[in-house]
Amino acid sequence: MASPTLTTGTPDSRKGGVRRVRRQLPTSPWLFAAPGLLITGAFILYPFVSTLVNSFTDRRTLVPGEFVGLANFRELLHDDMFWIGLRNSSLYVLGVVPALVLLPLLLALLVQKNIPGITFFRSAFYTPVVASIVVVGLIWVWLLDERGLVNSLLETLGASPVGFLSDQWLILLSAMGVTVWKGLGYYMIIYLAALANVPRELHEAAAVDGAGAVRRFLTVTVPAVRSTMVLVAALSSVAAFKVFSEVYLMAGPNGGPAGEDTTLVMLVQRTGTGLTGRVGYASAISVVVFVVTVVLMLLVLRADRKEES
Amino acid sequence: MSLAEKTRPADTSRTTPGKRERAPRITDEHGRRVRGWELALRYLLLLGVLALTIGPFLWQLSTSLKGPTEDIFSSPPKFLPSDPTLHNYERVADTIPVWDYALNSLKVAAANVVTNCVGAALAGYALARLRYRGRRVATLVFILAMLVPVEGIIIAQFTTMRELGLNNTLVGVVLPGCVSALNVLLMRNAFLNLPYEIEEAAFVDGANVWQRFYRIALPAVKGTLAVVAIFAFMGAWDDFLWPLIVLSDPSKFTLTIGLNYLHGTFANDERLVAAGTIIAVAPLIVLFACLQRYFFRGVGEGAVKG
Repeated sequence: MASPTLTTGTPDSRKGGVRRVRRQLPTSPWLFAAPGLLITGAFILYPFVSTLVNSFTDRRTLVPGEFVGLANFRELLHDDMFWIGLRNSSLYVLGVVPALVLLPLLLALLVQKNIPGITFFRSAFYTPVVASIVVVGLIWVWLLDERGLVNSLLETLGASPVGFLSDQWLILLSAMGVTVWKGLGYYMIIYLAALANVPRELHEAAAVDGAGAVRRFLTVTVPAVRSTMVLVAALSSVAAFKVFSEVYLMAGPNGGPAGEDTTLVMLVQRTGTGLTGRVGYASAISVVVFVVTVVLMLLVLRADRKEES
Repeated sequence: MSLAEKTRPADTSRTTPGKRERAPRITDEHGRRVRGWELALRYLLLLGVLALTIGPFLWQLSTSLKGPTEDIFSSPPKFLPSDPTLHNYERVADTIPVWDYALNSLKVAAANVVTNCVGAALAGYALARLRYRGRRVATLVFILAMLVPVEGIIIAQFTTMRELGLNNTLVGVVLPGCVSALNVLLMRNAFLNLPYEIEEAAFVDGANVWQRFYRIALPAVKGTLAVVAIFAFMGAWDDFLWPLIVLSDPSKFTLTIGLNYLHGTFANDERLVAAGTIIAVAPLIVLFACLQRYFFRGVGEGAVKG
């Protein structure tokens, strides 16, 4: 994609260099930006607009479809599967975000001090971030299996086995656990950068005043990294609402026998793909995903402003 | 990071109980002494978290090395294979064309690295350094694109690929992310942070725009370029949802889709799935071990922008 631009760009600019007067041809900025603009336009912005347009049509994979007004959205209101998806994706946000805001901060505090071997621990804690979600999902499917490691450890301790991957709610909870497990290291690094900017005088002053570790955490650390906590909340809530892979792998492609673990993005994927895919209807669900994503961002930002005042 | 640095911590963790005598020499980042019991507690917690984060990978590795006669469901669990064998890895290759899938993943990831580095550097330079009408609009296009949730447009991306006749091809897998808006903006910021004087001097000396970009600006942002390259590789290698949608022919599968297929068809054969996952994750863990610095930098830069 980029190479044609390069070859046309070079002779042009060389000519300009020889003449010494026109060192930048009027077209060269556009030649530089062209590959990026073209790809972004064709595969991000055009699909975005076409999703909005399709949501008002009954388009299918092989049928162009016609304008149907709000019919898709009216159908959504009576579609049980849509409400299940909306419920599960929303529950996912509620379950995952508090854990991903708090746990990585505690982890960052744990690895902040430069004690011997700490670089090894930091890297080790980051490893789940590097692995593909498919690998991570399958590792945990085996760990949480009815006869897997977690249950056999529970058995050794005298507890009865838990059906992590057979109960509808436990599957969702297990998937949330996997999301948190994979995200810990990523947000830990973000917090580490923020903690490096906390002036040590604050801690020392609090310590002199006799504040304990918990007290110092709440009165010094938390206020100092508050804006980072908001950033993490925003990033993780948007990501959590769009969850797909974890639940797809742990509950199966159909989200369990009756689809009761389906998330919204799973529903988009299931409805819109294949030769009989209902592109129009899947686009309507996607529009709901957009709207909720924007609302989530605004909610987080508003909560931030309220706390500030 | 070198191997030496990776082996040293293992020693420290093993000597944790005898920490007390070494403790007086250890100070925190403020130069204060760390008390012995506090240090012991810290290492205890660190080891606990280590078991939680690395343990699952090791368990998977152990399962993949256990032979067909060994009980993998035993309780209490057996952490080490009694008779380690590569048998399961041979079986994966017999069951699915796993090495072809690995090659497909490698092709997709390599292409993604090249296109992102070239495309993002060029566009980033145009946004940061070149003067022209419409620069603000161009910047806005990339910012808007970065805000679009990809999961919401996959169906439209799929129909676009169908219209181009590129569904079910590896080119189709690469195209939508081949110059990511985030990377363009990362490169733009890197170029903006360079002092302008050097380029001005080159400009006065008669260097044209291409020479200024390639000879002067680009070598100065090598660090950011490395971050872009690594995250492009990791993103393409690990991606699941998009290849799942665009690829339907099993001969074109990438590793992640192949693993999903393996899991769907041979879910009861845990040793087989374990071997498959290790094949998929090993290259990235090696890459991460060699280039940690850039992985961590990428989180910082990406998060600030994203």
